[in-house]
Amino acid sequence: MQQPKIAVKNLTKVFGDPPHLALKLMEEGHDRKEIQQRTGLTLGIADVSFDVAQGEILVVMGLSGCGKSTLIRCLNRLIEPTAGQVLIDGEDITELSNKALLSLRRRKFGMVFQNFALFPHRTILQNTAFGLEICGMGQDEREQRAIQALQLVGLEGWEQAFPSQLSGGMQQRVGLARALAVDPDILLMDEAFSALDPLIRRDMQQELINLQARVKKTIVFITHDLDEALRLGDRIVLMKDGRVVQIGTAEDILSSPASRYVERFVEDVDKTQILTAGGIMRDARVLALPTDGPRTALHKMEKESFYSLFVVQQDGTLEGYVWADDVGRAIEQGDRQIAPHVQRDHQTVAPEEPVSTLIAMLADSRIPVAVVDEAGRLLGTIVKSNVLAALAAGQSDQTTTATTVPALDKTSEDAHES
Amino acid sequence: MSHDFPFFGKFPLADYIDDGLDWLTDTFSGLTRAISNVLGDGVDGVVLLLTFPPPWLVILIFAGVAWLAAGRRVAIGTAAGLLFLWNLQLWQATIETLTLVLFATAVAVAIALPIGILGGLSERFHRATMPVLDFMQTMPAFVYLIPAIPFFGLGQVSAMFATVIFSMPPAIRLTILGIRQVPRELVEAADAFGASRRQKLFKVQLPLAVPTIMAGINQTIMLALSMVVIAAMIGAGGLGGEVWRAIQRLQPGNGFEAGIAIVILAMILDRVTQRIGRKSGP
Repeated sequence: MQQPKIAVKNLTKVFGDPPHLALKLMEEGHDRKEIQQRTGLTLGIADVSFDVAQGEILVVMGLSGCGKSTLIRCLNRLIEPTAGQVLIDGEDITELSNKALLSLRRRKFGMVFQNFALFPHRTILQNTAFGLEICGMGQDEREQRAIQALQLVGLEGWEQAFPSQLSGGMQQRVGLARALAVDPDILLMDEAFSALDPLIRRDMQQELINLQARVKKTIVFITHDLDEALRLGDRIVLMKDGRVVQIGTAEDILSSPASRYVERFVEDVDKTQILTAGGIMRDARVLALPTDGPRTALHKMEKESFYSLFVVQQDGTLEGYVWADDVGRAIEQGDRQIAPHVQRDHQTVAPEEPVSTLIAMLADSRIPVAVVDEAGRLLGTIVKSNVLAALAAGQSDQTTTATTVPALDKTSEDAHES
Repeated sequence: MSHDFPFFGKFPLADYIDDGLDWLTDTFSGLTRAISNVLGDGVDGVVLLLTFPPPWLVILIFAGVAWLAAGRRVAIGTAAGLLFLWNLQLWQATIETLTLVLFATAVAVAIALPIGILGGLSERFHRATMPVLDFMQTMPAFVYLIPAIPFFGLGQVSAMFATVIFSMPPAIRLTILGIRQVPRELVEAADAFGASRRQKLFKVQLPLAVPTIMAGINQTIMLALSMVVIAAMIGAGGLGGEVWRAIQRLQPGNGFEAGIAIVILAMILDRVTQRIGRKSGP
């Protein structure tokens, strides 16, 4: 088996002195809150282990205060771990001397920060070249490489501007370029897009995906935003109170409510009776009629980047759905209507259906689940991220009564960890 | 009724300080004399250099410097102010004072910057310097003059010594502040890219602290100017000397002339250094 790029083994961070008290309690199985009460020490992260493969995007997700920011900083020892190991290419970096650590950070890591952390006194070019300057590279060479990095993120022509002249999205492109300029093996991205507004954020996510296809870095991405985690993550690490709750692909996490974290979401949700299919569904804004021409249907799908489209009768009764591929074929064959291509193996639920059923239904479904009333009229649609976002929001509402911790919810996308 | 302390005699603090100062004077007299000679010659040399050419030429040069550093308006103000001082027949005294202030500021900043940087980087050092700075700033400035004389002899260098001690604290404090207020995330970013402590200091912390440090230097210059009159009591001469003479002879007119001259000089120095501070901002 190939050696993992990053291997984190039993990593623990205790804030405060003396840390061994907390370690002992942790080993005895006490949780963060108890340890805090009994010793006054804060358990930042507790016994975290995972691997990251070469070229993988690993997303670490959790609520504010779950330890994800501490975790990412332990990977390059911006925060000194209390116990455990971090192996980069098999080398335990917790053992490194100060000098070796600086050299490692220069060679292998690029980091992108939530609030960009650009140097206000430096031009965009000088900001981008910062890492190379630290390595001692000559001015001509490093500026050339910085210009290449800026081209990579689409910021050519802005070299002589200062950060304050750029919008948030552009500033974070500079942050990304600065990290890429040193050509690191590993990109650490700490809530990199959380400070951007939702539209820009989606653009940046897409751009990161495109970029990753070209540069093939190993990326550890921290976020509190579920949509983001699902979009970006090859695998997702779910954290809570400093511990890892589940590691897996988006599919694993969606399809195994057996995991304690998701299960607890569902339990809590069931208790409160808030989360039903009707409560979390989204309006089906874009629909087709069976009498629609295939070009119309395809146009609607292209506009929304859908692969499939629900088809309803004039009175709103759900008829079925069409695939983009089939519609494309219909155009080739010269069909005037999409009616012959409508599929009918879609899944429907009543609006009062509990969310726990939906998780199982969505796990192996390629199209959204349709919510219909008794008469069979389409009320709305549900996709995977709706379910998880709603679950997570329900969870966070209950655990954060006193504080203003941001919820894992679309409505609080601008909120971010401080 | 006696106010004497009833239990035991007076604690001989004054004697201890005198003894200590005597010891310092004896031990380091060679060094202090040398410093005194070098600085004294330096001040005299610069004064000579600035008073040798005709005043209009010097005024033109100063106005030019002000233009480059702070723009047209400050340059015009500088020229007008200095012409007025020339007219009041205070040219020689103005140059003496200006030179003394700039020398004292240079020495004060040369000492304050490294101390301030250490204090900005180390919380422990910061805490240790605070009481010393408080002491330096609150001790009546006159008191510094007394030991200055045995160290450096009567005259400009003693005045400079007292001025440096009195005017240094703001430069130290604001250097500390400037470095500490650099956003933590920027320092973290520098760390993440593997910057050494030296690289962090010179590429991130100091450049970002410059505006604050310049504000401190501005304060130091202002305090140095205010010390000038006091320093005249030990023969520093200059505009302070003119004020001092007017006091002794009860000549309010002359006193005000010299006082206004100090104000004009202060305004010129203040505007020029403030603009430099703002320009160097991010």
